[in-house]
Amino acid sequence: MGASEHPGRSSAERDEAFRVELVALIPHLRAFARTLCGDATAADDLAQDAMLKAWDARESFQMGTNMKAWTFMILRNQFYSDKRRAWRQTQLDQEAAERTLVAVDDPAGPVALDELRQALAMLPAEQREALILVGAGGFAYEEAAAICNCAVGTVKSRVSRARRALQGVLESGDYRREKSSAGEAMDRILADAERLSTVK
Amino acid sequence: MKPPRKRPPSLDEARLRQQAIGVKLRQMFDEVVNEPVPDEFLEILRRADARRPGEG
Repeated sequence: MGASEHPGRSSAERDEAFRVELVALIPHLRAFARTLCGDATAADDLAQDAMLKAWDARESFQMGTNMKAWTFMILRNQFYSDKRRAWRQTQLDQEAAERTLVAVDDPAGPVALDELRQALAMLPAEQREALILVGAGGFAYEEAAAICNCAVGTVKSRVSRARRALQGVLESGDYRREKSSAGEAMDRILADAERLSTVK
Repeated sequence: MKPPRKRPPSLDEARLRQQAIGVKLRQMFDEVVNEPVPDEFLEILRRADARRPGEG
């Protein structure tokens, strides 16, 4: 491309800084999208749309502020506006729910993780997203509230309801597959978590 | 000093379970975060980057 002149050096530098930061966020956008969408392909489409939207809106982003929260907000808004446009397409069906968050080819992954995915898919969408943002995305309640466009107290109550519901589902073995008896999934999660980290 | 263990075991256990769920939740999310980013993403961004304002 013959664009040899930049309108302003600082503007080009700013674009570059923005681009670097945005690229670093792509894996997180993909992960968040995977929790919202039914399958990995739709999730990547969503993450790409959000990435492009963020790039196009870069002028309105204030460098130095939380770009992760900003891009997550864009992604979430995109998801819900797509959903309004094509409700059918993004609605979680049983098959899609099963694929939710599945890291594509890892059949050898721990069983408990699969059960957690299924249990998550059973939660109301607003509880699931609040729990994911706070519990996995590393956001503070205040940031999650900004992303979800709701009050901080609302996020707190959604997260705590989601936690209780998840625990209930896992302990009762009340997810879709009926392979495990009650409590088995929870036991496996406990055992697995102990291996992964030192839970005091 | 030894931490007092006055809580009923069920409460401790509930907390332990919540922590375990938290660990798994992060693991599940991080699994996707750690996947290699498909080339498509960078390609799309590169094309957008090359676009001149006011063009197309």
